[in-house]
Amino acid sequence: MTDTTTEIMVGPVDEIPLGEGRTFVVGDERVAVFRTRSGQLFAVQAECPHKRGPLADGLLGGTMLICPLHSWKFDLRSGDALMGDCGLRTYAVRVDESGQIVVSV
Amino acid sequence: MQKQNLVVIGNGMAGARAVEEILARGGAEQFEICMFGDEPYGNYNRILLSNVLNGSQSESEIYLNPLDWYRENGITLHAGVQADSILRKSKCVLGCDGTIEAYDKLIVATGSRSHIPPISGLTLENRQYKPGLFVFRTLEDCREIAEYARERGRAAVIGGGLLGLEAARGLQNFGVAVDVIHLGPHLMGQQLDAPAGAILKASIEKLGIGIHLSRNTTAVLGEDRVTGLAFDDGTTLAYDMVVIATGITPNAEIAKRCGLKVERAIVVDDHMRSVDDPDVYAVGECAQHDGRVYGLVSPLWEQAKVLADQITGRNPGAEYHGSKIATKLKVMGIEMASLGVPEPQDERDEIVQFTEPKKGTYKKLIIRDGRLTGGILLGDIGKAAYLMQAFDRGTPLPEDRLALLFDIGAPAKKLSLEDMAADAQICNCNGVSKGAIVGCVKSGKRSPKAVMDATRAGTGCGSCKSAITELVEWACGGEVEEDPSVHYYVPGVPLTKPELIRACREQNLKSVSAVFEALAGGIEDAASKPGLASLLNTIWPGEYEDQRDARFINDRVHANIQKDGTFSVIPQIPGGVTSPAQLRRIADTAEKYQVPMVKLTGGQRIDLLGVKKEDLPKMWRDLDMPSGYAYAKRYRTCKSCVGTEFCRFGVGDSTSLAIKIERELQGLDSPAKLKLATAGCPRNCSEAMVKDAGAVAVEGGKWEIYVGGAAGAHVRKGDLLCVVDSHEAVIQYIGRFIQYYRENAKYLERTYGFVQRIGIEKIRAVVVEDSEGIAARLDEELLKASAAYRDPWKEAFLPATPNQFASLLPVIQ
Ligand code: SRM
Ligand SMILES: Cc1cc2nc3c(=O)[nH]c(=O)nc-3n(C[C@H](O)[C@H](O)[C@H](O)COP(=O)(O)OP(=O)(O)OC[C@H]3O[C@@H](n4cnc5c(N)ncnc54)[C@H](O)[C@@H]3O)c2cc1C
Ligand code: SF4
Ligand code: FES
Repeated sequence: MTDTTTEIMVGPVDEIPLGEGRTFVVGDERVAVFRTRSGQLFAVQAECPHKRGPLADGLLGGTMLICPLHSWKFDLRSGDALMGDCGLRTYAVRVDESGQIVVSV
Repeated sequence: MQKQNLVVIGNGMAGARAVEEILARGGAEQFEICMFGDEPYGNYNRILLSNVLNGSQSESEIYLNPLDWYRENGITLHAGVQADSILRKSKCVLGCDGTIEAYDKLIVATGSRSHIPPISGLTLENRQYKPGLFVFRTLEDCREIAEYARERGRAAVIGGGLLGLEAARGLQNFGVAVDVIHLGPHLMGQQLDAPAGAILKASIEKLGIGIHLSRNTTAVLGEDRVTGLAFDDGTTLAYDMVVIATGITPNAEIAKRCGLKVERAIVVDDHMRSVDDPDVYAVGECAQHDGRVYGLVSPLWEQAKVLADQITGRNPGAEYHGSKIATKLKVMGIEMASLGVPEPQDERDEIVQFTEPKKGTYKKLIIRDGRLTGGILLGDIGKAAYLMQAFDRGTPLPEDRLALLFDIGAPAKKLSLEDMAADAQICNCNGVSKGAIVGCVKSGKRSPKAVMDATRAGTGCGSCKSAITELVEWACGGEVEEDPSVHYYVPGVPLTKPELIRACREQNLKSVSAVFEALAGGIEDAASKPGLASLLNTIWPGEYEDQRDARFINDRVHANIQKDGTFSVIPQIPGGVTSPAQLRRIADTAEKYQVPMVKLTGGQRIDLLGVKKEDLPKMWRDLDMPSGYAYAKRYRTCKSCVGTEFCRFGVGDSTSLAIKIERELQGLDSPAKLKLATAGCPRNCSEAMVKDAGAVAVEGGKWEIYVGGAAGAHVRKGDLLCVVDSHEAVIQYIGRFIQYYRENAKYLERTYGFVQRIGIEKIRAVVVEDSEGIAARLDEELLKASAAYRDPWKEAFLPATPNQFASLLPVIQ
């Protein structure tokens, strides 16, 4: 099976405050997009693999994310779990020339 | 020196532990080690199979020695290979797959298997167990039970001992209706007596599990799979599956076949050596010492130590003299401790007993000649640590028998850490003593986690974790710090609280990111953010530069997150006093937003639960009440009784005092939650003595102020700070105490921990007697902080960040 990815524009980058995340519906998927204090963007699955905690409500520090419900920890760069059993699905994300967030699903 | 060959048969808890103990004594220099393990993996924690079955832990979490461990330690492991026979003349072991391993020394650690009672109809014609019939001993059993249990209606567990009850609880997890069938007249006959068994039965039945006592199962029914059970009274019951948990049979056949003395298990001497062959040792459930075979892990640890001392020659004087069985167990979430025998053995035995069946509490001690010989604690095991130690060491008991069962009166007479003997056992699953933990701390492991990793203390059932944490803190304190990180205020900034405060003041650091930049090399640590935000707000009242990403979600949206990502709304109701108009408004709002649950809280307010994030600001606007802060590490609420307003006993006006306190302290942030209460007389209906701070009115127009009380995860009666004679004085001293706590407590340290750590005398000296001359400053700081209060629900009209209350953003195309 070959995966085809589609780029979808989800909104202006300043919809997401620095150091926080927001959840977007992208195509058929719910994606949490984070904006670190240093301005990097990351996109991962919206729900925690543990008990579906809303990851966009988590605490972000550098590229480390802590789930708000039971504190599983993830590295947003790879999606790997730093504490917990299972990692996150990641998505490519960028900001285009006009300041719009573009997620590939 | 030529290494000797050491072969170990059995790679379970005792075998692997014996090898660890041997390695710890430099055994790798002496021996070439080879192990046979029937099960195709490394060694895992069998105790935790119950958790795997009930779904609270995953398989991967219970490994003690993963396969890498064997490789790293140069041990040859024949995983999945059963040892078939021992040839003692030619000194070798034959594996079922044809492997031959020669030995100089041999350890048999084959454990045991499930005992199968004489019941007919267990097997099909091919002599396999009928589908639907299981035992519960290995990871494999666990998987098979789990697989079969899905989509079954009814299950029975035969055997009402520890294992059977754990199996029943695990099965419940799959949605099947479970019965426990027990031969004896009461549950857990080995650990409990009849009254305790009856209380346990009632508690378990409440969980929806059926219990059949004095039932003798004679047959498993069903042609090609299990359909039910038949009993000796002629009755039958229908079941889709059956788990047998009626005890254990030691795996001693392999030893018997090679001519070693086997009675109930392999007979060993005080060196854990077979009585027939000086080169063969046995350890664990397959060993019988002094007529006894043990079925719990802590004796096995003692045996493994003696065995290792002997086999390596490290301590030729080491001897095993049997184990006194004192264990804490958790059965279906019900805590119990069992010490020695459950029944008196002799007329001389004195019994001290307490029963409160409604609460599921039962306590019984058996005392002979002033020393403990047995006992049971069920439901409330608060005194277990002290009693287990007294039992283990045979220390004479204090005359006051009642105090053995209860903590009476004010500060609990806890055995202080200092007084505790070095060999007192802290972790009863892994047999780790106070001495071992302190030693580990001394060797440089200075966080509870590092100590737990190194000693395995706390990694079994976990019930001793808090004791370990206390002990590690105690062992770290007051010494030269080799590893100061345990004293950092937050993990990500390498400074203690006083150092951090000084640095922030000196360098004028007013935001969380400025702190990371200046004091942590620019590296942000997510877990440290809320603690820093709280501290900065305390240091810079009104000036702190708030960064929303530094807040936990509750503090970003001023509501408590729920398990499904919705939130709860708890408006302020000072002193618990409300009005029909307010109630009407709450009711209308709840209806308008279809709030799934409206609940009166334990803090005398009303909780609207299950609210969507985007509805929060709308509801706050409609409610038009300030936030009750039921979600934050801040002042929460001050409960009150009705006091002189209406009560015929009231001697002080508690309601208006509570309301004034709330006006003064509302929204005040602090290292942890602050819950207060005021009571109009010593009947104390608002529980003011078990609050972070409480005021109790007494005759003569006076108020007693208590601080450091708790009745949550910990229970502690507050310490009397002082007695004053006006509302104003109550507010002043409570406020000053709180400011002192805000400045000096660790992050998340509740007042019950803080007051205990600092000591009430010291606190009284500072707060009441002004021994440090800081009282005026404390008052002033608090005043500044309370002036900075702003109701966060006003953000309903002016959100602080973009999309602050959106749970999902629409796509703009
Ligand atoms: C709603 C309420 C239970 C109820 O239905 O009555 C409640 C609900 C929660 N309590 Fe509580 N506690 C509630 C009264 C209490 C009380 C009784 C009291 O306040 O008088 C206690 C014992 C007193 C104390 O605080 O020690 C209490 C001791 C705890 C604890 C244990 C704290 C401790 O250190 O001992 C926690 C856990 C924690 O803080 O880490 C906790 C944590 C929680 C949390 C916040 C768990 C969470 O993180 O989600 C629950 C939030 C539910 C929600 O979304 O609203 N709750 N909780 C009560 C709200 C009172 C209020 O109006 O503010
Ligand atoms: C579900 C469950 C819950 C428990 N809960 C508790 C508790 O809360 N507290 C407590 O103290 N105890 C508890 N126990 C008991 C505890 O697990 C045992 O006492 C302990 O595991 C015994 O250790 P052992 O090494 O003697 O036997 P085992 O751990 O059974 O190890 C023996 C190993 O040897 C292997 N073996 C056997 N024969 C051969 C052979 N011929 N060749 C190769 N390998 C062989 C077996 O496959 C097994 O892996 C529990 C047990 C179970 C099953
Ligand atoms: S006791 Fe408190 S924390 Fe525990 S479930 Fe109830 S509300 Fe939640
Ligand atoms: S739901 Fe994320 S840690 Fe539990």
